[in-house]
Amino acid sequence: MSETLNLETLSIPAARTAVAEGRVTAAALAEQHYDRIAAVDPEIHSYLALSRERALKQAIKIDTAAKAGDTLGPLAGIAIGIKDVLAMQGAPATAGSLILKGYHPPYDATCVAKLEAAGAILLGKLNCDEFAMGSSNENSAYGPVKNPRALDRVPGGSSGGSAASVAAGLCVASLGTDTGGSIRQPAAFCGVVGVLPTYGRISRYGLIAFASSLDRVGPFTRSVADAATMLEVLSGPDTLDATASTQPTASYTTEAAKPVSGLRIGVPEEYFGEGLNPEIRAAIEKSLDDLRAAGCTIHKVSLPHTKYAVPTYYVIATAEASSNLSRMDGVRFGHRSEDSKTLSSMYRQSRDEGFGAEVKRRILLGTYVLSAGYYDAYYRKAQQVRTLLTRDFLTAFAQVDAIVCPVTPTPAFKLGEKTDDPLQMYLEDIYSVAASLAGICGMSVPCGTTQAGLPIGVQILAKHFDESTMLRVGSAIESAQLSR
Amino acid sequence: MSQTPAGVSLDEVRHVADLANLELTAEELPRMARDLNAILGHIAELNQLDTANVPPMAQVAEALGFAPATSGETLRPDTIRPSVDRTLVMAEAPETDGRFFKVPKVIER
Repeated sequence: MSETLNLETLSIPAARTAVAEGRVTAAALAEQHYDRIAAVDPEIHSYLALSRERALKQAIKIDTAAKAGDTLGPLAGIAIGIKDVLAMQGAPATAGSLILKGYHPPYDATCVAKLEAAGAILLGKLNCDEFAMGSSNENSAYGPVKNPRALDRVPGGSSGGSAASVAAGLCVASLGTDTGGSIRQPAAFCGVVGVLPTYGRISRYGLIAFASSLDRVGPFTRSVADAATMLEVLSGPDTLDATASTQPTASYTTEAAKPVSGLRIGVPEEYFGEGLNPEIRAAIEKSLDDLRAAGCTIHKVSLPHTKYAVPTYYVIATAEASSNLSRMDGVRFGHRSEDSKTLSSMYRQSRDEGFGAEVKRRILLGTYVLSAGYYDAYYRKAQQVRTLLTRDFLTAFAQVDAIVCPVTPTPAFKLGEKTDDPLQMYLEDIYSVAASLAGICGMSVPCGTTQAGLPIGVQILAKHFDESTMLRVGSAIESAQLSR
Repeated sequence: MSQTPAGVSLDEVRHVADLANLELTAEELPRMARDLNAILGHIAELNQLDTANVPPMAQVAEALGFAPATSGETLRPDTIRPSVDRTLVMAEAPETDGRFFKVPKVIER
């Protein structure tokens, strides 16, 4: 006997309680998700690989524990998808690239292991832009993901599959990664919650590196409370990742539920200038009204270096990428060109055949800005501006507890609309990259839709390791939104 | 401080591709030059800022004093522990004898 749950709206507590009470087995719930994937995903293309065997093995373990009345983990029976840049033993990890086609990592990323230890059922690997480079998921070598809310639109990137799968009810939650906006922007485009935790909050062991001083792992969910649960499971230090911080974690589920009355909310004028879609502006102003009604005070703040965030980001991120991706050389894993006679031609041909255009473009740019004669003019300059961008936030957070602003200048754009102009695509990141460079935490929460029915996200930023305040503000915006 | 150059030539793109171990086709080369110049033009806006007295920031933990070096807490004891199984690792290699990675000829004459 198994209850059929509505997978499109299923929350973590609803699924966990149903499994704990024996109203549905974790195995049946996993199968219901796989059935829905089979029915819906051919059109959306959010999954690149399914890990049915591992999922069902884990589900049986959970069901046995539930039957025996054992204490269940906070994610017991929860179906979760994993972005394909994270290692998960037994499943491929392509990073959306041909150069890693067929690669099966022989270990689990720490975040993947933590989810499973908390009882999660890992359904499979999610589509993304190649090596997480992109804002539309059109750079995946395995084909783009479509936005479940509007199939002619992009889901955002680079964690497009992670956002789309949660929006379409193909998992309850997912993991994505954010280097310059890759969690917050697709969350906004698909109408789900996406969290960029503070740099160092979640271990990155087992993440295929893109830009190491920026890369972060974070969750996608359908509610702020679910995001808090995921953060609680994922946060904390890791002996396998020295960049995972020992800063204390908090009970994020408890913190998220606290009232916002008395909080000071900053509104940065630089994020509301020309180029911001009027419907997005109106939706965010409405959320600010909601916060005011909930007892927050609203203050103007200035982040004066905002316009320099995109150029700074594209120097630093590409420089680090050019270094990180040098390991993709056809020697130890992944694709090796078949007909190269010498080692150097093997490197070149393997990389030429394996990398897509955007990855090559970024490797070239990154190599250029690091090359002799240009290092000071570009790389060092960008690192200095990064200091200024970080100071902007530290100054603002001396005056306010959180910042509320747009995630993106426009709602989800059409597939193919921006693929011919990389600079236009980069400028899409204008409201997301500054927080990435500063290392602060941020999240995207749905706050309405356009007249055409496209989701709008609002961005909440808080200071380093203050996920608690960020989640409180997110919850307040969400509950006001739901009661409208 | 060196100045940002006006534009990247095809030869420079070829040189950078060489440094990055990338092979570019005849069609890719001019396109990449065009894209790099557009992006570098945008990046040149950073020169509007006077950063003479601003320290560079490599990563955020360091800037905030959260670096592992200051506390030592994130360093684990240097003891022998089980690692990833070698057979699983070597199984991913394009060419191997089980112990070593095999590659084409290294010395080119």
